[in-house]
Amino acid sequence: MPKIIVEIMPKKDLLDPQGKAVANSLHREGKKEITAVRIGKRIELHFDREITDQDLEMAKGQAANFLSNDVIEDVVAVTKED
Amino acid sequence: MKFFNSKTLEPSGVDTTDNASTEPDKEQPWQELGLKQDEYEEIKNILGRRPTSSELAMYSVMWSEHCSYKSSKIYLRQFGEKVTDEMKKYLMVGMGENAGVVDIGEGLAVTFKVESHNHPSFIEPFQGAATGVGGIVRDILSMGARPIAIMDQLRFGAPNHPDTARVVHGVVDGISFYGNCLGLPNIGGETVFDSVYQGNPLVNALSIGSMKHEDLKLAKASNPGDLVILFGARTGADGIGGVSVLASETFESTGPTKRPAVQVGDPFAEKVLIECCLELFHAGVVAGIQDLGGAGISCATSELASNGGKGMRVQLKNVLLRDESLTPEEILMSESQERMCAVVPKKRLKEFESIVNKWEVEYSVLGDVIDEDRLYINWGHEEIVNVPPRTVAHDGPVYERPVAYPAYQNELNENSSAKLPRAKNATELATQLMQLIATPNQADKSWITAQYDKYVGGNTALSMPDDSGMIRVSEESGLGVALATDANGKYAYLNPYEGARLALAEAYRNVAVTGAVPRAVTNCLNFGSPENPEVMWQFKEATAGLADACLELGIPVTGGNVSFYNQSGDVAIYPTPVVGVLGVIDDVARRIPSGWQDDGNNIYLLGTTYDELDGSAWAKDIHDHLGGQPPKLDLAKEKLLADLLHGASIQGLIESAHDLSEGGLGIAVLEASLRFNVGARIWLGDVLDRDGIDQTTALFSESQTRVLVSVGREDDVKFQALCDARGVPCLRIGVTDATSGLVEIKDIADLKLDDIRQGWSGVMSGLFG
Repeated sequence: MPKIIVEIMPKKDLLDPQGKAVANSLHREGKKEITAVRIGKRIELHFDREITDQDLEMAKGQAANFLSNDVIEDVVAVTKED
Repeated sequence: MKFFNSKTLEPSGVDTTDNASTEPDKEQPWQELGLKQDEYEEIKNILGRRPTSSELAMYSVMWSEHCSYKSSKIYLRQFGEKVTDEMKKYLMVGMGENAGVVDIGEGLAVTFKVESHNHPSFIEPFQGAATGVGGIVRDILSMGARPIAIMDQLRFGAPNHPDTARVVHGVVDGISFYGNCLGLPNIGGETVFDSVYQGNPLVNALSIGSMKHEDLKLAKASNPGDLVILFGARTGADGIGGVSVLASETFESTGPTKRPAVQVGDPFAEKVLIECCLELFHAGVVAGIQDLGGAGISCATSELASNGGKGMRVQLKNVLLRDESLTPEEILMSESQERMCAVVPKKRLKEFESIVNKWEVEYSVLGDVIDEDRLYINWGHEEIVNVPPRTVAHDGPVYERPVAYPAYQNELNENSSAKLPRAKNATELATQLMQLIATPNQADKSWITAQYDKYVGGNTALSMPDDSGMIRVSEESGLGVALATDANGKYAYLNPYEGARLALAEAYRNVAVTGAVPRAVTNCLNFGSPENPEVMWQFKEATAGLADACLELGIPVTGGNVSFYNQSGDVAIYPTPVVGVLGVIDDVARRIPSGWQDDGNNIYLLGTTYDELDGSAWAKDIHDHLGGQPPKLDLAKEKLLADLLHGASIQGLIESAHDLSEGGLGIAVLEASLRFNVGARIWLGDVLDRDGIDQTTALFSESQTRVLVSVGREDDVKFQALCDARGVPCLRIGVTDATSGLVEIKDIADLKLDDIRQGWSGVMSGLFG
């Protein structure tokens, strides 16, 4: 099924409490070589037909204005996946 | 600790105090940082040279309105001046510290404070409100107290405006997320909707903490040689949007970095920090403590040194960073959350380390206290700050801003509600009453409060929808405190002096109806721009009104917060002086609920009703009218009423008590019935005759100093005698009825409780659910 994948990450400069908690747990597991963890989200938009360039543009717009909170998040990728 | 890094004696490119002397004429972005020309000149005067960019960062943020209170200081002084020795009797710490501390007896004390987080909560409602809660809780913690409860005072725009839902959802989620994760009960507050708050909602957060007298801590560094330790979360680029301009100056090639203007909170980190701090306090290893909030390290270092009358030497490279690319200016300004700064005697360092390690809290020693009136901050081997700490923290500019009586004021006050049509018959009165109870401002707020944990900790005695929140402090004796906050922006807009007095009186009364004795006051003064002389007039009037009223009631202001620049475009919000009153109750088991529970109890109206509909919910919500003068207030009578309620509650004469405020007697009767789903039969004839008023006035007037109480039949004679003896007007206006399922108001309507509830309870979820 054709889909568009939107990837969103917390802004680089902001605290990511979830990532911090996971990083601490990994350290407790002995994985000291991992210096930091940041956790974002992946959103799949499923289509019932072939995805056009316009669809991709539309998804980029939705990603920036609706799917993410631009005060604290960045959209890092909007890609097509067959 | 090292102040020199021998490997890198090369200049790092930061602006040092040496640079400041050798390049005296370097252009500096003081304007972009919000400083005025004369303020920048004053900094140069103090230092005898231009400031370094780090010093400029510190001065600009510490001399901002938010940190320096430069426009409000001259008015806030009266809270410390208009006091008697009697008022200071229970005051252990007054204004100027992180929060006021009040003796409540049995060797216990409570500390409480309310603070605004208005602007961040508009930009990013969830994180703004969440970090508002986190910040006020750290203020309470830094006094040595264990935080035991929170409350919040919210003002949103028009309920049906498309942006309101965004703000409401974010703010309520943010408060519940942070508070619930911390395990602090949210015991009350207020929510008001009005279009004046559309582009500038108000999010005020209050916290209360308890401690033993001997656990009191102060934010000062007074022993030379003590270590200055930063602990808690790492420092990142949170909330330093404004300083980007300095960063861009430092790294000209890379251009301005876009740093976020908001902060993200981590309540679990804060919870650990609370427990860690309390253990440090009990071990006695901390000589002084300060939370990091606005202005971050700039504020903590300069205030600790200034409060202790000493100096400090700090190595900024020792700050643990989340992001290694931060510049010294950014580190100084960062508002990263969940951080504290402690002053620890050298010989206690080992103990300090073992406690923070146990809690897995990171820390680093930044420097030490010195016996010199100087704050030195180094960046590696280079000195970037060399200032007298007092000039940063306390001796900022003080303004006597121009004040002007508003051009609109006379017209506003002359436009009274007298011309509004009164209800012509019983049907119309009943319709108006049912309409009012279903307006967003009068409606059930449990859609909001149900998202908060009210009972965690097991000490909550009263919470929403009762008139005050009440929390047990001593599980052995039942000793507790009641807390209520109020502000009627409409009243304050009509008359800021009276509006502030009325806010105090209502909070005072809300505490008194629970059976507690009011003891201390906090406030959060939300106003428009101080550069607008008309706003400054409102501020001047409101502070005078509050200070005068506190003096009259004999309870001191223990601290508070001022929030200016609350406006959308050029339009200021209504002046909104949120006033919190704290009361003490010797045993929370004696608390009085706000609704009646038993059948056949007599219902009494205490106080007198006058024709006072200006600024009322009736005028605004039925007739879309705001004008005239707010209700009159006689504080001597208010005190008498509070004394009566206390006396009657001690003797166990009162079954319920509910304060009359917005919406008047009509709304109070419905609320007292809805509380436990017990109806009532009410007759207004005697009130109409005694007070010479019409039915509209009887139902909707917002005359002050009135309370609705229910009294068991067996206590009737005693209760009436008590009222007579104390000279409090008292009139029997009805009886409770647990079986009919009705609120019958004689000659007006028989209202089904189910219908009232339906209109009242679905409003919030209908709008936002």
